[in-house]
Amino acid sequence: MTIAALHQPALDGVEIARPLAAVTAEDAVTTPDVKVSTEHVSIAYSGRVAVRDVTLEVPERSILAVIGPSGSGKSTYLRCFNRMNDVIPGASTTGRVFLDGENVNDPDVSVVELRRRVGMVFQRPNPFPMSIYENVAYGPRRRGQGDRHELDEIVETSLRRAALWDEVKDDLRRKSGLALSGGQQQRLCIARVLATEPEVILMDEPASALDPVSTLRIEELMRELRENYTIVIVTHNMQQAARVSDVTAFFTMAEDRAGYLVETGPTARIFTRPSERLTEDYISGRFG
Amino acid sequence: MTAPARSLKESTSRAVLVDRVATSALWLTGAFVLLLLGSIVLHFLLAAWGVVSPGFILSDPSDEALGGVLPVLWNSVYMLVLVMLISVPVGILGGIYMAEYAPQNAVTGAIRFAQEAIGSVPSIVVGLFGMIVFVNTFRWGFTALGGALALTFFNLPLMTRLAEQALRGVPAEERSASLALGASKWQTIRHVVLPLAIPGLITAVILTAGRVFGEAAVLLFTSGIGTPYHYDFANLSLTDPASPWSPFRPATTLSVYIWKLNSEGLGAHVREVVDGSAAVLIALVFFFNLGARGIGRLLTKRLTAS
Repeated sequence: MTIAALHQPALDGVEIARPLAAVTAEDAVTTPDVKVSTEHVSIAYSGRVAVRDVTLEVPERSILAVIGPSGSGKSTYLRCFNRMNDVIPGASTTGRVFLDGENVNDPDVSVVELRRRVGMVFQRPNPFPMSIYENVAYGPRRRGQGDRHELDEIVETSLRRAALWDEVKDDLRRKSGLALSGGQQQRLCIARVLATEPEVILMDEPASALDPVSTLRIEELMRELRENYTIVIVTHNMQQAARVSDVTAFFTMAEDRAGYLVETGPTARIFTRPSERLTEDYISGRFG
Repeated sequence: MTAPARSLKESTSRAVLVDRVATSALWLTGAFVLLLLGSIVLHFLLAAWGVVSPGFILSDPSDEALGGVLPVLWNSVYMLVLVMLISVPVGILGGIYMAEYAPQNAVTGAIRFAQEAIGSVPSIVVGLFGMIVFVNTFRWGFTALGGALALTFFNLPLMTRLAEQALRGVPAEERSASLALGASKWQTIRHVVLPLAIPGLITAVILTAGRVFGEAAVLLFTSGIGTPYHYDFANLSLTDPASPWSPFRPATTLSVYIWKLNSEGLGAHVREVVDGSAAVLIALVFFFNLGARGIGRLLTKRLTAS
């Protein structure tokens, strides 16, 4: 049900998730369909480059972990997939970002539609100050879903998938989302995203504000969600990347403080035999 | 291990001393403000003791006997409704524009400057302006509408500014959460930002309303200072100058009435009526604030519920 790695004792700091299916040749992932990708993406804030020239592919129904030191542009990079950088004044993106082969920065792309297909979970749990029910129903309601029965069903399914249903089913409408514990709030935020029926879920250090038990629950949840969704997670926590992800991308920053991609590959390889010295230094704790 | 043992009870350090001084100073300032407010309220409550009664509130003014304040009280409420009908929607929409849509450029810079400038124009000047425009140029004479428009002119910059601040106070995370769920900008404003800004918006309404209740100078030359002796509330006409429901009639408010009686009142009971009116005005503001807060809570509930 859950992955074996979760139950292994954390001995040497870094452990490896299950080996990828095809490890005959190290980097030969069984070329599944690419779900999202970027080509030469650079992002700048008011002229200051934060991310430089990142080219990366994320296979469908897999988890990509983006790791790297603070300031290496991981979160900025993550936000290019659902164009949340648009909201930040002065932010500009160059290069191309693809969802199912379609450039999300094309002028005729609806950013509202894009964000429904590419959901996002933030670092700090941020439920709306509304009831649990209304939090989950928020996305569907904005899309015009007004049918009571349908909404009830969406809310229940989403909460079940986010492994929160049993804990909240008795006071869905009475209890505010803010009255939940931190870990529950984050699962509520995940349920809220699931209710919009996304294909890709972006997670920006989703467990960094949570205690270890809640963190494990979120990680288990991610492994389950991977069956149906493509997930990109930014994390500071290397063990977490090792435990949950299929593919890992290591970012660091250059002399001029712009973040860039050092290397990417199957998580098992990145954590055992990285090809770059910088990656090795980072994962072995010599830097960052 | 040479350092002497330090006591946890040491209380003479500089930080402790400064902390105590600051705490006392802040406490005293707060107490002073409360004392000031309390003494004003207490003064009028005592002065109005025996004057204010349901009869005082519900009867007409009189030059000989101890008259009431019903028509002028009605005018204060009427004026408030008229001003709020214009100020609240325009102020909130303006606030939304300034907080959510306006770019940072010379034009919006000029708007902000004008907001502050107009907001600090002395009210007597606004009154003169209202007189020149509505009373003389439009030939309306003294009307409730002219007074309300002059008050709106006086109030709108403040209302817009406070509304903008209330909206800006909504945390960015709430907006991001909504946008990331595929809500449009307007949906985000309507379903997340506005409901969360309601406490701030209510404060804006209360501060603006306080100026309507309290303002006399703006109204002297625009809605008039004549004492209305009797209103026929059964006359529901919205255009008949004799109808209390019509905006096209002179409308002396409670504040203006107090000012007038106090400066040129000649009747036998002027002192009592002035004190009583002041107490009624204080009570009016008090109950309005309570009511506005209550409505705010209800609104927040409703707006976040569906």
